[in-house]
Amino acid sequence: MAESENIVAETAEKIFADLADAQTINRDEKGEWKAPLWQALSDAGLPLAWVGEDCGGSGASLAEGFSVLSAAGRFAVAVPLAETMLAGWLLAQAKIASPGDEMTVVPASPKDRITVNADGSLSGRARGVPFAKVAKHLAVLASDAKGDCSIALVDTGKCRIESGLSLGGDPSDIVTLDKVQPIAIKPAPAGFDQTRLMLMGGVTRSLQIAGALESMLEISVRYSNERVAFEKKISKFQAVQHNLARLAGESAAALAAATSAADAIANANSFDDEVFLEAVAAKIRCSEAAEKGGGIAHQVHGAIGFTIEHILHRYSLRALAWRDDFGSESYWAVELGKLVCKRGADELWPLVASR
Amino acid sequence: MTAALRFDPIRLPSECEQLRKEVRAFLAEEIAAGTFDPHQPNREDTDVPEFSRKVGARGWLGMTWPKKYGGHERSFLERYVVTEEMRVANAPTRRFFVADRQSGPVLLKYAPEHIKMEILPRICRGEICFAIGMSEPNSGSDLFAAKTRATKTDGGYLINGTKIWTSSAHIADYMIAIFRTSPPTKENRRHGLTQFLVKMKQPGIQVNPIGQITGQYEFNEVVFTDHFIPDDHVLGEIDGAWKQATSELAYERSGPERFLETYYVLTELVRAVGNKPDTRSAEGIGRLVAQVHTMRRMSVSVAGMLQAGKEPVVEASIVKDIGTIWEQQLPHRVRELAAFVEETATNRETLEKQLDFAIKTAPKLTIQGGTTEVLRGIIARGLGLR
Repeated sequence: MAESENIVAETAEKIFADLADAQTINRDEKGEWKAPLWQALSDAGLPLAWVGEDCGGSGASLAEGFSVLSAAGRFAVAVPLAETMLAGWLLAQAKIASPGDEMTVVPASPKDRITVNADGSLSGRARGVPFAKVAKHLAVLASDAKGDCSIALVDTGKCRIESGLSLGGDPSDIVTLDKVQPIAIKPAPAGFDQTRLMLMGGVTRSLQIAGALESMLEISVRYSNERVAFEKKISKFQAVQHNLARLAGESAAALAAATSAADAIANANSFDDEVFLEAVAAKIRCSEAAEKGGGIAHQVHGAIGFTIEHILHRYSLRALAWRDDFGSESYWAVELGKLVCKRGADELWPLVASR
Repeated sequence: MTAALRFDPIRLPSECEQLRKEVRAFLAEEIAAGTFDPHQPNREDTDVPEFSRKVGARGWLGMTWPKKYGGHERSFLERYVVTEEMRVANAPTRRFFVADRQSGPVLLKYAPEHIKMEILPRICRGEICFAIGMSEPNSGSDLFAAKTRATKTDGGYLINGTKIWTSSAHIADYMIAIFRTSPPTKENRRHGLTQFLVKMKQPGIQVNPIGQITGQYEFNEVVFTDHFIPDDHVLGEIDGAWKQATSELAYERSGPERFLETYYVLTELVRAVGNKPDTRSAEGIGRLVAQVHTMRRMSVSVAGMLQAGKEPVVEASIVKDIGTIWEQQLPHRVRELAAFVEETATNRETLEKQLDFAIKTAPKLTIQGGTTEVLRGIIARGLGLR
């Protein structure tokens, strides 16, 4: 990890530690913690980390941005930081400057399509768009009748938004664009398509899930060393130890898969089958880890972890919810399986061993 | 963080890619020449001395060891590449694998110079085979319960007792074994074990084969009756083998052999499914590929830590724990998906035979080299729970 990468991630980590403590958030029913946190993140230039200085951002590297997302996952942060970073990154692909407020990306699911009409307006419907309700702007990827992709900046106020909530309790909305005129629209660079956007989103979510699992492991270990049952700490029971060892395994697998994918994307010269494998494998394996690891964390915590007062749900439910954004694990597994079969049996190992 | 687990995204350096090509070309030649059949993991005799010598001649044994002992002073990552290519091709590595992975490094660390000069170059040439004598009847994973006694005598030790589950003892030239030189103390039940280099095929050693449910014979019982071992065959500290044995195990636990032993069934499933899979097959294959990719990235990461001189004991244990469970479940998952394979798939018979063998192999995978339960104990200790 480069020195500068550490500094960006450390800045993020410090802001989260000061302003996004899970216990404080839990007690703040009105959500008053959100404004100061967003202000601090914006002051540090983090939401537009992936936007070049020429487009109004702070020009951090992809790797630096990814390390911010890992930290955001460790704090299970529920402000649209990842979404704004992704949106800024998408707009920057077409050299569209980013406004300095909350943004999100449309579409957020591989099967939803936004089309560019002949008059340059946009139409379509996208489900499960994270934080659309609170975003001031949308970064939209749309395609025209010929299949050519464009990237557009859209005022959220011009769209119809039906509110929804994710498993983790965060906005997950339906966005409908009915001949919406974008603020700016430009052709996407050659080779850039919806799959690219979904994979970038998928790796973002993978890092967040891996971070949430790190925190679940930490608080579960801590709790097991505090809670006494049958006259001893539950951490001394072999069955509990083995469950926590399995949680460590799932956390480790998620961390390895997500950081490997982020590293692959940050250093990719072209978007080939190998980068595809890295990105989808991360989403698949992290999603599986969220299910298995989250289950163990709750088991270790007993009934207390199931209560609204306890902080565990911040991590467990968000990790589960993040599985659904930018393509679920089953969606990507089908796509990966198709790719593997198309390449043929003798090309499987060379693909797996390519890096 | 309580448990600062690290799995940095280590990439294999470019010299590894050239080496990988060389290994693949070599294996393809050997397959073409009929030395072994990659589609027959269930062959009865996995000991192919000629193959070992060829691998040695290529410079792929003792890769990381000093040149003066016949080694090649290459990196752990280069060794990693050779290991995974051999494993995936189902190459007959039985004769040299244990010596290369484990016994050689132990000798390098603890053997007297003249023994190193005598034995290590022969390992590098692929001439000799090693076995590991740790388990005993009723001890198994509980290494410190070992009872086989080494009694001091003139110029050496007399060995009496029995080792068991000893892979390759029937073909081995040497064994590195732990024997009891003193009773355990009250303060330290690990005290009193010593590591020895045993020359096999000598008086006082009887090797009895133990059949396995796969139809193969790899395991043995090794009975020692007044077997003499000279003083210069003591490895390391008298009564202190426990310290040595635990660091040895880190090498044994994170390699690609810990998640690729049944990998062939996945390749064969992809072949049987063909290039236009139905949704169920595609999803099943996609998940398995995502999982094996993740395992491999973890394993490469640990190899990178070993290369950097670290001792990733917890990370290595995690790789072995989830790796062996994965390779154990793999044939069962492939079997479920194979139920939808067309009758006309040309490799259907091969796939079924391989599945039959892999399913029979599976139960041992989470036992060899430290059981799941023991590994989870080590991970729990690393998490600060014990």
